[in-house]
Amino acid sequence: MSTIFQSLIKKEVLHLVRDFRTVTVVLVMPVVLLLLFGFAISTEVNNVNVAVVVERHTDETRQAIDRLRANPYFTFCGIATHSEVEELLRKGKVDAAVVLRTENGKLTHQIIVDASNTTMAQTSTAYIESVISNSSAGVPVVANTLYNPQLKSAYHFVPGIMGMIFILICAMMTSVSIVSEKETGTMNLLLVSPVRPRTIILGKLVPYFLLSCIILTLVLALSYTVLGLPFSASVVNVVWVTILYIVLALSLGLLISTIASTQVAALLVSGVMFMIPVVLLSGMIFPVENMPLPLQWLSCIIPARWYISAMRVLMIQQLPVGYVLTEVSVLLGMTLAVLALAIKKFNAKK
Amino acid sequence: MNDIIEIQGITKRYSKLTALSQVTLSVPQGSVFGLIGPDGAGKTTLYQILTTLLNPDEGTATVAGLDVVKDFRRLRTVIGYMPEKFSLYPDLTVSENLQFFASLFGVGVNENFDLIAPIFGQLEKFPGRMAGALSGGMKQKLALSCALIHRPSVLLLDEPTTGVDAVSRSEFWDMLAQLKEKGITILVSTSYMDEAERCDRIALINKGKILDVDTPQELIKGLDKNLYNASASDMYPLLEALRRLPGVDDCYTFGATLHVATRDGFNPAEAILDLRRQGLADARIYPAKGNIEDLFIKLAKNDG
Repeated sequence: MSTIFQSLIKKEVLHLVRDFRTVTVVLVMPVVLLLLFGFAISTEVNNVNVAVVVERHTDETRQAIDRLRANPYFTFCGIATHSEVEELLRKGKVDAAVVLRTENGKLTHQIIVDASNTTMAQTSTAYIESVISNSSAGVPVVANTLYNPQLKSAYHFVPGIMGMIFILICAMMTSVSIVSEKETGTMNLLLVSPVRPRTIILGKLVPYFLLSCIILTLVLALSYTVLGLPFSASVVNVVWVTILYIVLALSLGLLISTIASTQVAALLVSGVMFMIPVVLLSGMIFPVENMPLPLQWLSCIIPARWYISAMRVLMIQQLPVGYVLTEVSVLLGMTLAVLALAIKKFNAKK
Repeated sequence: MNDIIEIQGITKRYSKLTALSQVTLSVPQGSVFGLIGPDGAGKTTLYQILTTLLNPDEGTATVAGLDVVKDFRRLRTVIGYMPEKFSLYPDLTVSENLQFFASLFGVGVNENFDLIAPIFGQLEKFPGRMAGALSGGMKQKLALSCALIHRPSVLLLDEPTTGVDAVSRSEFWDMLAQLKEKGITILVSTSYMDEAERCDRIALINKGKILDVDTPQELIKGLDKNLYNASASDMYPLLEALRRLPGVDDCYTFGATLHVATRDGFNPAEAILDLRRQGLADARIYPAKGNIEDLFIKLAKNDG
């Protein structure tokens, strides 16, 4: 039995090694995605061009302007008059303007911001507010950003990207590889041989599982070095929850392969069924809490939602696994259900 | 002679379409048995039932005494199956394919190499070539080698010569004859009628029904009577004229000539005169040698 299993694995590894292009794509894609989302695409707001309107110069206004100048998030564009501000905003020369006014000896301020980019507007308003109102407000508000003090967007994206990569690669690759055997007819030969269906299935899943583990190592190494995620012993939890998620993704791929009859269909099903919901509904980019209720319910059946939320707790907050029991048990339940269904459908004779 | 494959009243339906209807057939041990019929006759479905890929809706079948439904796991070790397409891994080499299929059955390549040696001989020159880069005839030989590597007692070949050139086809039938010498029973399907004559026994199958089973010689016996060749320079008017002649049952093109199936009492000399009167000055009618194709057309026509 073990020799049959070994030769099934060996065959699958040969397929992978000879399909050099696919393996390259599969190994390069996670790296590119991580670097893209980690560095290039970010929701951090940098280089906000700010102009200041000062009605009467005082020490306080000078201090406020100095703070703006010193802050790395802002580019100070000089002092403007009331009439110029609108023109500057319209021409895109500045993104925001601060009007400083001294009333009854107290400094008040107004922020005028170009809100054509909502994210930019909201974030920069908050930044300016915190910089200016530092001393002038009666009641000081102290914001304490836990777990991600610098509000780095890499922290936010890494769990999301992992959620997407594994479901895409594992589900897509297993389903395509099984369906391609259906297309060439070799699956029939495997089924006609005395090898048990579960051995055939395992022979398909194990190589892709190993490939996924390589990708996991790659992703974690990048996250903890280049992207600078905080490293701690909780990485053990990250690894085993991810392995559970990988098994779930492989089972989904197996299930797709029992439904799809051509490689193109398998690609479409895994692409459409996973890519779009994972990106839109999993909380990877848009918070689940902000969605209308029906969409929130829908997001509950998306494995990536649970995985990403567990990863945020384990990777970023670095809390013990007790805090993600719900997520882990949902993932485990989904894995068992999908695997059972896939094996049942795979075995079914017409 | 014992029957190694016994099929009793097998029916298989795909929703509305009945692929096989009450098929009963027995294949004697050690014979080359041909399953002859056009595309869509139900040949592949019958193979899928015999190879335990499908379960029949009605009826039973046994191969080497093993039931296709109950003993399917043991049955899989005694059959060698070669599906319609040459199912090999195109990205594995010739020897990797052979080794893989041998390992599926838990045997080594060398154990049964004597059996495939005559077939594999031509492939041994390039063991490192990818199976996808082989020619059609070579792929067929490799697929046959892979189906034989575990020394099955029954070889099930589903249209093994489709898409293969005439020389390779003829070589292939020589190989089957050699395998038969070694005691392997071969059930082979084909839509090439000329291949039927190389089988020991044949079954004619059409629209899911078995039309007739016998040796090729027995089947075509008596066909020559009332069968004529006809030719003229204008073939199409000749075909139409013949179909109108009294005493003619059927008329169809057969190679470069027409075959005319007639009723008893048909007089070719009279018919020629008749045709010449209709302007077909060079019409000729002469006795023909019937073959399986004529029989098949006759049976399929009767079957409606």
